[in-house]
Parts: sequence; C-alpha cells; structure tokens
Amino acid sequence: MRVSLFITCYNDTLFPNTGKAVVCLLERLGHTIDFPFEQTCCGQMHYNTGYQQEAMPLMRRFVEIFGDAEAVCIPSSSCVAMIRDHYPKMAAEQNDPGLARAVDDLLPRVYELTELLVHRFGLEDVGAYFPHRVTYHASCHSQRSLHLGDVPLRLLRHVRGIDLVDLPNIDRCCGFGGTFAIKMGDVSAAMLADKMKDVEATQAEVITAVDTSCLMHIFGGLHRQHAQVRMAHIAEILAPTESDAPEAA
Amino acid sequence: MTIRVGESATAPSFQKAALPLLQDAQLRHNIGHATDVIQRKRAQVVAETTDWQNLRTAASAIKAHTLRHLDHYLLQFEKACTAAGGHVHWASDADEANQIIAELVRHYRSDEVIKIKTMTTDETGLNEALEHAGIQPVETDLGELILQLGHEKPSHIVGPSLHINRQQVGAIFREQMHQPALSDEPEELTNAARRYLREKFLSVKVGISGANFLAADTGSVCIVESEGNGRMCLTMPDVLISLAGIEKIIPTFRDLGVFLQLLPRSATGERMNPYNSVWTGVRPGDGPQHFHVVLLDNGRTRILADHEARQTLQCIRCGACLNTCPVYRQTSGLAYGSGYSGPIGAIVTPQLLGLQHAQSLPYASSLCGACYEVCPVKINIPEVLIHLRGRVVREQKSALDPEALAMKTAAAIFTSHRRFEAAQRLGRLGQVPFVSKGWVRSLPGMLGNWTRVRDLRALPKQTFREWWRERGKAERGHND
Repeated sequence: MRVSLFITCYNDTLFPNTGKAVVCLLERLGHTIDFPFEQTCCGQMHYNTGYQQEAMPLMRRFVEIFGDAEAVCIPSSSCVAMIRDHYPKMAAEQNDPGLARAVDDLLPRVYELTELLVHRFGLEDVGAYFPHRVTYHASCHSQRSLHLGDVPLRLLRHVRGIDLVDLPNIDRCCGFGGTFAIKMGDVSAAMLADKMKDVEATQAEVITAVDTSCLMHIFGGLHRQHAQVRMAHIAEILAPTESDAPEAA
Repeated sequence: MTIRVGESATAPSFQKAALPLLQDAQLRHNIGHATDVIQRKRAQVVAETTDWQNLRTAASAIKAHTLRHLDHYLLQFEKACTAAGGHVHWASDADEANQIIAELVRHYRSDEVIKIKTMTTDETGLNEALEHAGIQPVETDLGELILQLGHEKPSHIVGPSLHINRQQVGAIFREQMHQPALSDEPEELTNAARRYLREKFLSVKVGISGANFLAADTGSVCIVESEGNGRMCLTMPDVLISLAGIEKIIPTFRDLGVFLQLLPRSATGERMNPYNSVWTGVRPGDGPQHFHVVLLDNGRTRILADHEARQTLQCIRCGACLNTCPVYRQTSGLAYGSGYSGPIGAIVTPQLLGLQHAQSLPYASSLCGACYEVCPVKINIPEVLIHLRGRVVREQKSALDPEALAMKTAAAIFTSHRRFEAAQRLGRLGQVPFVSKGWVRSLPGMLGNWTRVRDLRALPKQTFREWWRERGKAERGHND
C-alpha cells in the first residue's frame, strides 16, 4: 500500500528518529511511503489553547495535502484525535460544504500508526526484536479519544526478546497537556512527579508510548533526575529486527 | 444583577491558588487516597450494571431535551408544585434568592435555620446573607458542619471536608462545641456532632435544602443523602425552603428511575443512597406545613444561550469528574475559587460568573478526557473547556498579549512549509546558548516553566524532512 506519512510538526523538528523508525517499519512490511513536503502542523496546539481561528487554515492545509491519500499514517494519537474529534466541527463552522465533505471523506483514511498496523493491516506480530525491559504509557488521547485499548500492547507482546512490564496507573495523565505544561507549570510538575514514581517502580530500561509528546514530558523529568530510563516511540521498538545491530533501536 | 459563585469573583487565579496546596503533602495524600477509594467503589458498582452506557445515554438525552424546553417544564413544575400546596419563587440572581429566603425566614419568625448540604446556597452565599439579616444558619451535613465550625472552605462537591483529617476535626469540635474532653476517635466525634445536631433538629422551625431533581409533571422535589440529617431537615421543621437551580428540572417523576441509578453509583460508589427523599407540596399533619421552592437563574440562562456550552447544565453534581481528574487530585477543590471544583467547576464557574472573572479555570485541565469518560450525563467537559478557552482568547485577550503574539506567529509559520523549514533551521541556531551536552536545562520567559523541572532534548542536527530529502536524493540521484 502507498502510505502517506504525516510526521507531525514536533516529531519532524524534535524527534526525527520516530519518523525514521516508522519509515523503516512500514517499508520492511512492504509498503511505500509518501511524504508530502508541504505538510506542517495539524493545528492542535492552537485549537486546544483557544486560538481556534488560527487552527482553521492548518486544517484546510491538511485536508488539501492529504485529500487524495490512500492511507494517512500519523505516529501520534493526539494529532489523530485533533483531526478526528475537531476537524468535522471546524469544517462545519466554516459554512463550506465542500470542505466538510472533504473532511468526512478523508477521516476514514487517517490512521494512528498502531491502528494502521492492527486494524488496517491485520497485523499483531510485525517481526520486531527488542531485547529490553519496557513499560508502556497509555496516553490520554490514545485511550479516551482513539479508544485504542490494548492495540499497542498487542503489538508489543509479539516483539521478540522484549520484557514488557505493566506501568502502575497506566491510564493516568502524565501532566503534559500541550500548553498546560507551561501555563499550569506547577500542577503539571506535580502530575509528572506521580508518573515518574510509577515509571521508576517498573525498573524498566525504556518507556514507550504512541505519542512522543508525552514521552518528551515524562523523559524530560526523568532525565533531570538522572534516572536510568530512556524513551522510545513505539515505532522505534517495532522497527528493529533480529538481523539489525543489537542497538539498532 | 449580582451573579455570584461563592467567592470566585475575587479569588486568585488557579495557578496562584494551586501553589500552596501543591506544597501541602498531607492534603495531596488525603485527596489522593480518598479519591482512589471512591473510584474503586464506583468502578465496582458500575461494572455490575448491564446497561451503564445506555443509562448514560438516556440521562444525557433527558437532560438535553429538558434544557431545550426549559421554559415549558419550569412552568409545569410551578403549576404542579403550587397545586400540591407549595409556593414557587423566581430569583434572577444570588442576591434576589438570598433576599427571598431571608424574608421567608423572618416571615415565619425564626432566627435560626437548619440546612441540608446544598451547593446552590454555597453559590449564592446564603449563609453570609442570613447572618447579615440576623438569622443563624446551622449546617447539618457532617462535612458541612465541620467546615462551618472550622471556618473552612469545601474541597469536594460531595465530600466537602475531604481535606480535613480527624485530628483537625477533633480540634474544631473541642473548641467550637466547648467540649475540651473530646478525643479524636471517629465514634466520639460523630456522637458529639449527633448530640449537637439533635438539639437543632428538635428545636429549629425552618429547614433549608437544595434539590437534586425537580419533577415537572408532579411538582415533586427529590434529595438523596447518606447521613439522615437531610431526612430530619425535610420532615421535622414547620417550614421548608428549597433553593434549586433551574437546570435541576426533569420532565417526569418516572425519569428518576434513570437518575437514581446513575447518581449514587457515580457519587459515592453506592448502588443506592441510604436516604432518598421525594416530596410533593405539603400534606396536612405530616411534615412541614409550609413549603417554598426558590428557582434560581444566577447566570444559568446565559449558559443556556451558548449552544456549545449548554451541556454544562446537564450536571447532576455527582463529583465523579473530580475523583478521576489528575489535576483535581493534586490541588483539591480549594484551588477553584468556589464550591464548584474539579473539571465541572472549571466550566461552570467562569460561565455563571462571566469570563472576565475566573478566566484561568478553563486552562486548569490537561484535557486528558477522564472526566468525560466517567460523566453519568455525558458532558463533554474537554470540548466545553476548549470552547471556553476560545472565548477567553477572543473576548479577553489583547492582541499584544505575548501569548497571543507567539500563537499568531506560530500560525503564520505553520501555514507555509517554507517558513516552517526556515523556523526549524533558525531554532537550531537560536538554541545554541541554551544547549549543553545535547540538552536544554534552562529556558527564559514562559518556557522556563518547562525547564524548571524538566530537561528538553536539544533540536537534532537534522529534522525528519531533511533526512527524508537527503535519502531521496541518495536513492534517486536527483533533486526533489
């Protein structure tokens, strides 16, 4: 299948390894990646902070750029949630029936990475090898907006060599919340402290999630405290195989 | 119009109010423990129902329907209640409601009233108004009594004194009830409260309540509670006055069948409340002989007029959103400026009061969605929060506000991929003074809120798109 990659603005800028792993994984599974260079941002930060007018042109851009895609793959559940939960309403507010139709038409072809693998491709075993102790954080949007349930965990359980350990309070927010972490810095820090306690209790080497944004937050706190944990987007765990170098991830 | 929601008009911003609370380890421990226990109980009794999601859908539909036809159902309630011997009063704001109630109490020649736990009198500041009029209000819910005697603020919609431990309760009772020999043992404390309250139940002639539900077809009022103090207040005085927000209406008595399954499970993790009181007007020789209902607007019609936020009025005040909220869990309800706390408080207070006050509240959420998931009437709180944030930006923010400028600049960058790529390159250059060994440990201005407790990985040498472009060139041997 020809998969159009929406890498998301923050993965593009801050975490290119997430994108490289997605490319590596999907190509290994026999798919062709298309990366439209015109893409920028879905508008989530603006929309959720109250700058809804500023998010409108970003929605239009996304629909124009990906309108013809066979499938759009997004390695971020919160950006998928932005598109799925808010684009239809935003389009309706524009009084532009063509735009509203284009959004409705595009939405069923927009997938979060693990949705694409499990729901669209019917895969749970992607042939990955990752010999490390890993704990999985179920990000808020992945659970309560995309309703991914155990989809990411089903993929992780099939990874060879993985030592997957449950994260206590797996479904509790880490305190990131986009601009919340800045605007409500102290409350966010208190939420983060609880999350770090839970991560450290797992004695995992790696914390993973389907959202690099949450990981940036959790790992940012852990790094400050010199904790012996590193972060990896789920694609970075699903991409490497046994034939790769031991530290390919 | 004097729209009042507790003291939130003059309360500090959420950020400011949260700070001392975050530093109170005991408070955070108490709240964390209490909400964990309630959530576990809730999960159990919800799991044993076979039709929980259908109940939520039904409740949401009933409430949405009622709000669309609120004028009709309010008049129907007034007619039915009056026919059953009750008196209905209409109050457009807090002051009017307080004035009506104070005049009624004076009319019945009482200088004391006993009260059931009610959020609405907290909203209007009724106790202060009564005291001002020379009338002594006595709270009879144990939690509310503790707060009243200790001059404390409520930290939870359902368990208002959740943040006060029994040692603190002991100290308050010893001093305020003049019983220096009282210990901190729960049995002794509850017995002391019981003795104190019994005297009031037997002697005070006027009772004041809120309402959980008003059934329009029969004119009935429903209150659920756990301690039996409510039943005392509803049955023993000669006069009963109920203050209810206009959104408490449900079309029919039958609809209670839906709500009385949802409310106790969501609020206290019980299948049924220990005390369920429903009364209709007055009955000669049985219970209060004079019954008054005060229907309160106080900003509710303003919420009703906002199509996107109207669902706020569906709330049945169960507190489930507080218990599950990771923000509430850190601060308790004391940071929200009124008795309406947690996610629901964050949307109710700024709307009732007007956005010029309480404009930090819509931002007191990470939008994690846990509140929406547990809400028994399916209020999409994150959606309303985002809507209110939009209103704060449009109605309150100056175009020169640093945040507004930053957001507009970012939007301009994102509308062109060339500008975006230029910004990526610029960021790499601009970060140099802040980077040490691949990490940013301190940033200026607002961004310093991030680096106070978190490191930030420095921007990598190559963005994803630069890598992709380079890879394409290498593979295809030509330019994009």
